[in-house]
Amino acid sequence: MAVNDTLGGTHKIIQEAREQQGGQLVPTLNDFSQELTTLNLGPTHPATHGIFQNILQMDGERIISGVPTIGYIHRAFEKIAERRPFYQITPLTDRMNYCSSPINNMGWHMTVEKLLGVTVPKRAQYMRVIMMELARIADHLICNSILGVDTGAFTGFLYVFQEREKIYEIYEEVCGSRLTTNMGRVGGMERDFSPVALQKLRDWLKTFPAVMKEFESMFNRNRIFMDRVVNVGPITAEKALNYGFTGPNLRAAGVDYDVRVMNPYSSYEDFEFDIPVGTNGDTYDRFIVRNEEIWQSLRIIKQALENLPEGPFHADAPHYYLPPKQAVYKNMEALIYHFKIIMGEIEAPVGEVYHSVEGGNGELGFYLISDGGRTPYRLHFRRPCFIYYQAYSEMVVGTSLSDAIVILSSMNVIAGELDA
Amino acid sequence: MADPTKEESTAAQETAAALDPAAQRNAQVLALLHRLFGEATFTDVQEPYGLLTVTTKREHIHNIVAGLQRDEELKLHFLTTMCGINYPENLNQELGMIYHLHSLVHNVRLRIKIFFPVADPVVPTLTDLYATANWMERETYDFFGIIFTGHPNLRRILNVEDMGYHPMRRQYPLEDGTREDKTDLFFGR
Repeated sequence: MAVNDTLGGTHKIIQEAREQQGGQLVPTLNDFSQELTTLNLGPTHPATHGIFQNILQMDGERIISGVPTIGYIHRAFEKIAERRPFYQITPLTDRMNYCSSPINNMGWHMTVEKLLGVTVPKRAQYMRVIMMELARIADHLICNSILGVDTGAFTGFLYVFQEREKIYEIYEEVCGSRLTTNMGRVGGMERDFSPVALQKLRDWLKTFPAVMKEFESMFNRNRIFMDRVVNVGPITAEKALNYGFTGPNLRAAGVDYDVRVMNPYSSYEDFEFDIPVGTNGDTYDRFIVRNEEIWQSLRIIKQALENLPEGPFHADAPHYYLPPKQAVYKNMEALIYHFKIIMGEIEAPVGEVYHSVEGGNGELGFYLISDGGRTPYRLHFRRPCFIYYQAYSEMVVGTSLSDAIVILSSMNVIAGELDA
Repeated sequence: MADPTKEESTAAQETAAALDPAAQRNAQVLALLHRLFGEATFTDVQEPYGLLTVTTKREHIHNIVAGLQRDEELKLHFLTTMCGINYPENLNQELGMIYHLHSLVHNVRLRIKIFFPVADPVVPTLTDLYATANWMERETYDFFGIIFTGHPNLRRILNVEDMGYHPMRRQYPLEDGTREDKTDLFFGR
């Protein structure tokens, strides 16, 4: 093992001492030359991108072991969801991976639609695809530019954050909010794209590629950046699968698993795009895979926008899709449906459904068990961060502290999703 | 074997399987499960929304997941997720575990359920097979109080250590049950 070689005898001594103590961590050894330092990385450390703690045992600059503590912003979403009607759960999903809220929203809507057996019109599906891919770009931009910041390159971050701001302006035009979007509804979108939204989207599609090219030219072959990230925190494909990796982190390890292709939802089968894969799953590969995914997302958005079908933007199913507010005042049926939907009295079938979407950082799954009541009997979120962050404590062993920071930001761990 | 209704239903199933690729794959998975672990191991085979769901006993769960991990025919090698569930009204089967397996090669999914009494919430761990099971099991322990025997570090993960109860069990309502100013007779459970 490379780790053992680097650490030589020290590692062996610590290993033995640890085994004697039944696998527990040894705070310090009495021998001064082999003293270990305990370092609290987090919970509120600017480089941890959220509230989570790692207690690191350091031998000088080397990390001997890391013990993560999570749950600092646990908000019991699964429990809360058991008491909320379906449409009230959408805001909970916003607050999981808050860097790409629309994907979570759409994923949840699609889960409920699957349960209710609703077909969403093509236009709404394409609109969803556009918003989801915008969200993916925003998510990857944050992750990659922050990775740049953690290696000491602040400029790229500022460049692309301007573009992210424009994406948020498009969100705002489409749904009225920016970060926690609560976008769309069960059955489609809540309103059609306005001319302003379409104009903003078209303008952004024109300006963004140049910025992205500039960002890439700043990093992709940058000697200093590469020295910091190449071969840092590699993970093999087998190990990544065993750890339940999905999304860009798994693809960086060389496995071409993408939910959009394997189980297409929302008309993803209509679009042509590639799945970028890496080779050895290190930080550099994760970075490059995300960059390439941004280009692929752009391709999808362009295709969806060009071929955006005419037609309704929501399913024609008044018993669960809220009627327009004007109709509620004039029309008896609309008033009844409005009341029933708001009070959560829609008829839901008894059943269980698992639906997953390709989230910003992996397979985001919703496992919904309905007993026919107004709320889910049980709702379980498969949160990609929560699952792959377990590998972190193994990935940092033998690396230095600065590498640990870089690995953490390249894994795109979002505290909101981690803790649910 | 001479039962005509049974033959008919099998024939109907076969035609349905031939028409629908998802059903075909599910039939293939079920056949594999029956071949590897015996037909009696599985009860209550269903396909809600196209996802094959089988129920088994907790004694078999480790064996089944390990066997599927070794299996090279369908390669159900990916543990997508697992979660606990609580049905207080099912006597002696109050608690349950639900596992989702996925074959990334053949794109088939399988859901395995086990149920056991709340008085004896002990399940073998899967951490020796899947590293990813570690935190999933800790989360389930945290939420439902299910004990995973053989787990290397079975502590709470999202809630505080001294919480004293397992909040996702149905006996703990989300709101204070003693509250009188806000009855929820009509819309609550």
